[in-house]
Amino acid sequence: MSLSTPTKTGTGTVPQESNAGSSISLKGLRKTYGSVTAVDGIDLDIQPGEFVTLLGPSGSGKTTTLSMISGFEQATSGDIFVSGRRMTNVPAHKREIGLVFQHYALFPHMTVAENIEFPLKQRKISRDKRKQLIENVLATVRLEGYGSRYPAQLSGGQQQRVALARAIVFKPSVLLMDEPLGALDRKLRDWLHMEIKRIHRELGSTFVYVTHDQEEALVLSDRVAIFQDGKIAQIGTGETLYEQPANLFVGRFIGESTILSGGVVARHDGTDMTIQGRPIHVPTVAGFDGKTGVVLVRPERMCLAAAGEMLSDGVNHLPAVVSEVTYLGPAVRYSLRFGDGTVGTVRVGASNRRDFGLGESVEAYWRPEHGVLLEPDSTSDPTQDD
Amino acid sequence: MIISRRTKIALEALAVLVGTWLVAPTLVVIPISFTGTSSLAFPIRSWSTQWYHSFFADTAWMEALSLSLRLGLCVALVSTVVGTAAALGLRRFGGTRGRSFVRGLLMTPLIVPGIALAIGVYALFLRMQLTGTFIGFVLAHSVLGVPYVVITVGAALESFNPQLLHASASLGAGPMRSFLRVTLPLIAPGVLAGVLFSFVASFDEVVMALFISGPYTKTLPIVMFESITRDSDPTVAAASTLILGVSVLLITASLVYAARRNRRLA
Repeated sequence: MSLSTPTKTGTGTVPQESNAGSSISLKGLRKTYGSVTAVDGIDLDIQPGEFVTLLGPSGSGKTTTLSMISGFEQATSGDIFVSGRRMTNVPAHKREIGLVFQHYALFPHMTVAENIEFPLKQRKISRDKRKQLIENVLATVRLEGYGSRYPAQLSGGQQQRVALARAIVFKPSVLLMDEPLGALDRKLRDWLHMEIKRIHRELGSTFVYVTHDQEEALVLSDRVAIFQDGKIAQIGTGETLYEQPANLFVGRFIGESTILSGGVVARHDGTDMTIQGRPIHVPTVAGFDGKTGVVLVRPERMCLAAAGEMLSDGVNHLPAVVSEVTYLGPAVRYSLRFGDGTVGTVRVGASNRRDFGLGESVEAYWRPEHGVLLEPDSTSDPTQDD
Repeated sequence: MIISRRTKIALEALAVLVGTWLVAPTLVVIPISFTGTSSLAFPIRSWSTQWYHSFFADTAWMEALSLSLRLGLCVALVSTVVGTAAALGLRRFGGTRGRSFVRGLLMTPLIVPGIALAIGVYALFLRMQLTGTFIGFVLAHSVLGVPYVVITVGAALESFNPQLLHASASLGAGPMRSFLRVTLPLIAPGVLAGVLFSFVASFDEVVMALFISGPYTKTLPIVMFESITRDSDPTVAAASTLILGVSVLLITASLVYAARRNRRLA
């Protein structure tokens, strides 16, 4: 940044006085439409200034939850607290919560500047102050000079940045975003992810973001709440969700994996299983006492060796056949078919790659601590939902 | 689609023919209003502007015009407020079946034969002593104006994105402010069309006016009707031409406005 303009306080930092975000607390939140339960008892505590993403397939209740926080849906039962204040019966326009919609929802009869001015006029801010705030926020979303355009004259990405500017210009302590980048192409999305993260840092507000895109959730959030059939299946950092999924639904939803099912043979400090006739060892999971279970292994944790090759003691290994080889640039992905028909995925970094051909018999192996023991479940694969 | 040259010419000729058939009866009053003789005979043998002088000089015509204009404005106001509220309400009304029932109910004044409606209104107004009163006229004509507004505003609301109201609320605007600053500007073409239609519905109304007008409340159509049944005074043609001219101006203005607006918002 140039040092010759000491009067300017950095490129477009919105808040002069960075306001802290509000905490959000959902307690037993439920929403039913007739006999259909959209949200089935959500308990969620969001810290001030945190970036939390509600992630799940369509129809899992994440958008309904967001609508209840914003005040457009009345909860059937349960409570919503923002900064400890009960919001359940406060009308939407008095909640002081910023909102960004998937389809922008800009006022088409107002210019960009008038759109952004709307919440400021509502708050009876003086004309000079309004002008200043509009200029600052346009700089924040990198749209300087666009104030006099109409929304119809802007691209989708620009419109969404205007919508974002309009939602943050009055410095709400909470900003909700409902799949804001869903209608944009991938390259623009990647760039806006970085922009949103930067704005979150600068603003200090609490961000709640809804998406069905797991990658987006991991890139943006401090914590991700995975929604499954109106409930939160698991909430945690991306690392927790990826390394220690609470159930098979979460395991399948976040990232790729190989899922092997088998019977439990014995428990001591670890758990012994039999999968496809081979002994397999996994770490014991507290509270798991089923007779059958599944073992989830991430693709970069599984390795390949030639059939019959000597493997070090203590690793789990199963024979398989290579059914597909995909070159990804930095890595190579092998699809495997195990003896019982299970399909597996192995990702090998390009640098320590060994070539295995299509149809070649291999031995897939992994260290016991890299398998996650989970309850088998019957729910459908969430990645197939969309 | 590819159309042969011959078919194209035939279709164009047909279109011109139908257009002429629709417009000719309206346009024929224009030459008649400039006739030099004191009859409505057509074609015209000599020309003059005397009937315009006689229209503006005669207090009976002027009072009728003034009454019809004032009445039209009041009816437009009442119909637009009520009709817009009804159209907005219909959107929120639960259940498709209930909605179309209420919409149908609002449309009945357009479907029921005018004479039946007029007799009903007359019977009621006799009891309520509203015949021959201005307020009576406003009430009766608004019944005809409201359905037009419900149609035009309803059509405008079809293309209104309701999410804008969520946006407006999230930015701190209450329901009334949201209506005034977001909904109303965006449905303005429909509202203006409603104003125009309900004004014309009143300005143009004869059947009910025949029943409920009194000696001091004669609308322009009544005076025209009486004039033409009493004698064939071409002042009627002058009055018709003036009305026609004003209507064309209003409609042109509203079309120009709509076109400009669409260019900006599209």
